[in-house]
Amino acid sequence: MTIALNARGLRKVYPGTPPVEALAGVDIEIGDNEFFTLLGPSGCGKTTMLRLIAGFEHPTSGTLDMFGEDLLALPPYKRPINTVFQSYALFPHLTVAQNIAFGLEMLGKPKAEIKSTVGEMMELVQMSAMADRQTSQISGGQQQRVALARALAPRPRLLLLDEPLSALDFKLRKEMQLELKRLQTETGITFIFVTHDQEEALTMSDRIAVMGAGRIRQIGSPHDIYDRPAERFVADFIGDTNFLPAQIKSVQGDVAEVLLASGKTTTARLPEGVTRQGDVTLAVRPEQARLVPPEEGLLTGVINNIVYFGTDTHIHIALEDGTACVLRQQNTADAASGFAKGDQAGVRFSALVAQVLKD
Amino acid sequence: MTDLSTPTEARAARRRWLLLMPALVILALAASGPLLITVVYSLLTAGDYGGVEWQFSTDAWFNVFAQRDIFTDELGWSDAHLSIFWRSVKLSLMTTVACLFFGVPTAYFIATRPKKQRDLWMLLIMIPFWTNLLIRTFAILELIRNEGTINTVLMWSGVIDAPIQMLYTEFSILIGMLYVYLPLMVLPVYASMERLDFSLVEAGYDLYATRFQVLRRVILPLVKPGVIAGSILVFVPSLGAYVTPRVMGGGNQMMLGNLIELQFGQGRNWPLGAALSITLLVIVMVALIFYVRVAGKEDVRHG
Repeated sequence: MTIALNARGLRKVYPGTPPVEALAGVDIEIGDNEFFTLLGPSGCGKTTMLRLIAGFEHPTSGTLDMFGEDLLALPPYKRPINTVFQSYALFPHLTVAQNIAFGLEMLGKPKAEIKSTVGEMMELVQMSAMADRQTSQISGGQQQRVALARALAPRPRLLLLDEPLSALDFKLRKEMQLELKRLQTETGITFIFVTHDQEEALTMSDRIAVMGAGRIRQIGSPHDIYDRPAERFVADFIGDTNFLPAQIKSVQGDVAEVLLASGKTTTARLPEGVTRQGDVTLAVRPEQARLVPPEEGLLTGVINNIVYFGTDTHIHIALEDGTACVLRQQNTADAASGFAKGDQAGVRFSALVAQVLKD
Repeated sequence: MTDLSTPTEARAARRRWLLLMPALVILALAASGPLLITVVYSLLTAGDYGGVEWQFSTDAWFNVFAQRDIFTDELGWSDAHLSIFWRSVKLSLMTTVACLFFGVPTAYFIATRPKKQRDLWMLLIMIPFWTNLLIRTFAILELIRNEGTINTVLMWSGVIDAPIQMLYTEFSILIGMLYVYLPLMVLPVYASMERLDFSLVEAGYDLYATRFQVLRRVILPLVKPGVIAGSILVFVPSLGAYVTPRVMGGGNQMMLGNLIELQFGQGRNWPLGAALSITLLVIVMVALIFYVRVAGKEDVRHG
């Protein structure tokens, strides 16, 4: 993998009383031609990270290289990086075509080349019919496309996208997610996508970095992040998770035998580099656990509530040790649980489904 | 439906007009009344001790542009008046350009401060504006007169041997007017700068525009309404300025405002004063039409 962007120990502290540490030492390696997502709640430092890469802000310490070249020495207008802004930031005094041409003009490209590239770009985002419109005369989704075309036109080596879909309605957002993925594959440009929407991150990314409180909490494929969360923060932020107390009895490689609060044992996966003993927390996704009669359950409890959601049903259970637990069952044709609110019930999950958390 | 709604709509429209009446009456009286009087006076004969005699005459209009040689009775251009017109237009243009030169960066500086500090900076711009015009002008005079602060300091430090004559020149009028009218430029430019979405500036940098290109291609086109408003606000009152040229220019650097005052005062020629006022109005209108046309054309070129 060629490394497109390499950040080492990146810190950013905003002065003030007290000073705000937006980034607390971030290390990332982003591969060439990768769709890389920075995911995290607002205030986690993901936008600061993007602004450092774009050059709008300078880090307090740390290094930032792109294809082996020191980025921090370059002002933003000399970095071969373009940004799709959250508010799109289209120039209101220019038409659609003039907006797309702006970067090329600033690079001093010949007129004929600008014209053909702008034409190509408008084709790529299906905006050819709107070339001479003012940016105020087109819809949000169209503005989004123009912003994309404007950022792609100068053929940057890196494209930064700052929550570009957050202003669109649900259906358009779905469409644009697929569209973005298509554009990334077609252009072969490395995309760095910032979002707080976990679903967006899971569906589009090659790899995801989950950020919290100015740090990278976990980097991995969408699959890794969802199925193998390393920390409570990651498990909690992405999807719904049941946190179950347990005790490690023995460890073999990345598999641990754990004792549950009910006294029964099961096997769970250990995150990389963790050799903890004693009390730990297990993460179990609601759809990975099954509702069974009490005598068959690894854990037992009382059904608190049953909530019907159409495609699936959520069953809330108060476990014997007081922990709350939620199960999600698909409402398939043959699903007849036969359980009712107030019943005693058991919870069961297969071996190696549970994940031991670092903290 | 229409049968029911039409009378209601008509009544609503009538009520709107009725509510607008006070404003319309004041506008009609205040805008056209004095103007009408001025036009009429400019077509009458001057009274011996000021005022007018009700006798039609075009002498005043004739005297605005032309004069008869007192010895040869030969008809010629009124050089004195024309040079005053020219000086007025020239100094007003220079004031506008100087205000743009100092006012736009000032507005940009204030608009880019943190929100809490902006009011303080604006206050610093406004304080001189609240001070009496005459006092402000005398303050500048105190700075630049031959025995004033600047010359004293320069002579004391040995930079110059004799004081530099700054007062009673066109330069001193320009300095005075720049000082007096600068807030009128800063205010509207600041207002449009403050509304400027600074992510557009970042987008400019992101798309390879240097600082100068961002200024020329992004910031200036977007704050143009403020720049136009500021230029008009500075140019129009400069053209008719009276106090500043009087104090800073002495008697020999007269501008249109002073010439008009002279006709109504010592000159005892009210019709000529009225005709000069109308001329000033026409110059302002021509300048404005020209300016708006030029500004409008830029718009088309930029899209």
